[in-house]
Amino acid sequence: MDAFFHSVRLDKDKCKGCTNCIKRCPTQAIRVRSGKAHIIKELCIDCGECIRVCPHHAKYASRDSLSQIVQYKYRIALPAPALYAQFNNLEDATPILRAIPLLGFDAVFEVAAAAELISEATRRLMKENKLKKPVISSACPAVVRLIRVCFPDLLENLLPINPPVEEAARLAREYAMKETGLRASEIGVFFISPCPAKITSFKNPLGMQKSNVDGAVGINDIYPVLLKIMEKGDKYDIPDAEQNSGIIGMSWATSGGEVSGILNENSLAADGIENCMNILEEIETGTLDSVDFIELNACQGGCVGGCLTSENPYIAKSRLIKLRKYAPVSRNNIKVEGIPAHFLKESPIEPCDDVMKLADSVSEAMTRMKRMNELLEVFPGLDCGTCGAPTCRALAEDIVRGFAHEDDCVFRMKQNLAQLENSDDFESLIPAPFRENTEQN
Amino acid sequence: MDSIKLHYDVSGNDFTCAGEASGKIKRELKGLGFPNDIIRNVAIAVYEGEINMVIHAGGGVIDVEITPECISLDLIDEGPGIPDISLAMKEGFSTAPENVRQLGFGAGMGLPNIKKYTDEMVIDSEVGVGTTIHLKVFVK
Repeated sequence: MDAFFHSVRLDKDKCKGCTNCIKRCPTQAIRVRSGKAHIIKELCIDCGECIRVCPHHAKYASRDSLSQIVQYKYRIALPAPALYAQFNNLEDATPILRAIPLLGFDAVFEVAAAAELISEATRRLMKENKLKKPVISSACPAVVRLIRVCFPDLLENLLPINPPVEEAARLAREYAMKETGLRASEIGVFFISPCPAKITSFKNPLGMQKSNVDGAVGINDIYPVLLKIMEKGDKYDIPDAEQNSGIIGMSWATSGGEVSGILNENSLAADGIENCMNILEEIETGTLDSVDFIELNACQGGCVGGCLTSENPYIAKSRLIKLRKYAPVSRNNIKVEGIPAHFLKESPIEPCDDVMKLADSVSEAMTRMKRMNELLEVFPGLDCGTCGAPTCRALAEDIVRGFAHEDDCVFRMKQNLAQLENSDDFESLIPAPFRENTEQN
Repeated sequence: MDSIKLHYDVSGNDFTCAGEASGKIKRELKGLGFPNDIIRNVAIAVYEGEINMVIHAGGGVIDVEITPECISLDLIDEGPGIPDISLAMKEGFSTAPENVRQLGFGAGMGLPNIKKYTDEMVIDSEVGVGTTIHLKVFVK
């Protein structure tokens, strides 16, 4: 498996080389080169911010198409609870679960059902009181990768439990093998995903050797098709499909859902990548040591805010609240004592090569940092992005790492030119932001 | 080997800015490749220092000097000064006003925490003139 597989990709033909994505990327993983955005694979965390912000739709999430599922004899769909929140005027999720098989699936297993088991496993593990506080949820794969890249010292705070989708896939395959007698490899398990980060986590899993999920389609790919099927009403009813998740399971689709499922008031939930980064900074500074559990979702509003969803996250959240109104608190529980091993991560998540470091040795890094600080003295500090880097600081860092040149800064270059030229037109060579205002009042 | 010197201003009476210098210093130390525990210690000490400057001194400045072996910090303010340093070092002793305590600050752990997370701590303080805290964190 490619350690740098990323679901987030660039469609070069659509990319105009503008600065929108480089400015939005939380890990500063994008540079513009040759007029096109270039994603630095070591830094990308597949959060999907660039997909959201690109005005030319040049960023996209690589995913499977529905036609790809036919290569398996038996096909199982794993709908994320965020899928339920896309639909209006439903009393429960049953009509959705009955419509999904018509897309070509033999069975449907709710991720929300597995989420209730994960909530229970988390409660049991928290009760043992052996984890490093504050415990940070590991359910959002973009957050896990953010921690790995920018906050590696907090990896030991991550909850060592698999995300619900992995448990759903494991259980679904196990049931299907029992029911059909097929081999594991003949069964295809597909996630209906709200985001690219989850898709990356199947191709390049962290904390486990191999993912239980074989592929993924986007919620926005199948939503219009499902809607059509559901509009045709009872015609396609599959009698044995009933919703098998409650309030706890469904709530995982929104920020605060995971926290509400562990029944511990001494916790907090943050959503949106910037808020998550601020909370992680606070954890590093030790100001949240007394908090037991911290849920972080990279997308605003939680998974309903994923860039592969169709509906506005706030509308989706309100729909979910209606949808779960008459549901029981939970419909799933762990039937045995303790925490079965399959709930737990196989191995701790290892830090990646230290991408924050300027050089291997501190003394070499110090030399580079001095050079960086000199450059920052002469750069305009506009963070305009015209050099292809998101900030002047990022350009300075690229220069000392040998990936860019001082003249990549157009202001710096123009200033240099202005000093060389002795022409009467000296004024026009000074970059506009530093010229005297003559045109406008 | 010479050193890297950094300078930060801490603005007073604004809790939203407290932690800014600590965050920036942390980023520099990460860039320089110092071990995580060293970075954490420095970040916590600076953060506590910043909070103190905001609560008691109406701001101040932080001077940092970094060598591969040692991170030295001077937290300098022109606040009211500390009349009894050994009392101020006691855990739980606080002169923070009530409105600050309501925000969850001023628990009397600032200076003790700074001591806990640094290898050397010297306080120079004169009532009515200001306080300078000299800190060293050694890279073992």
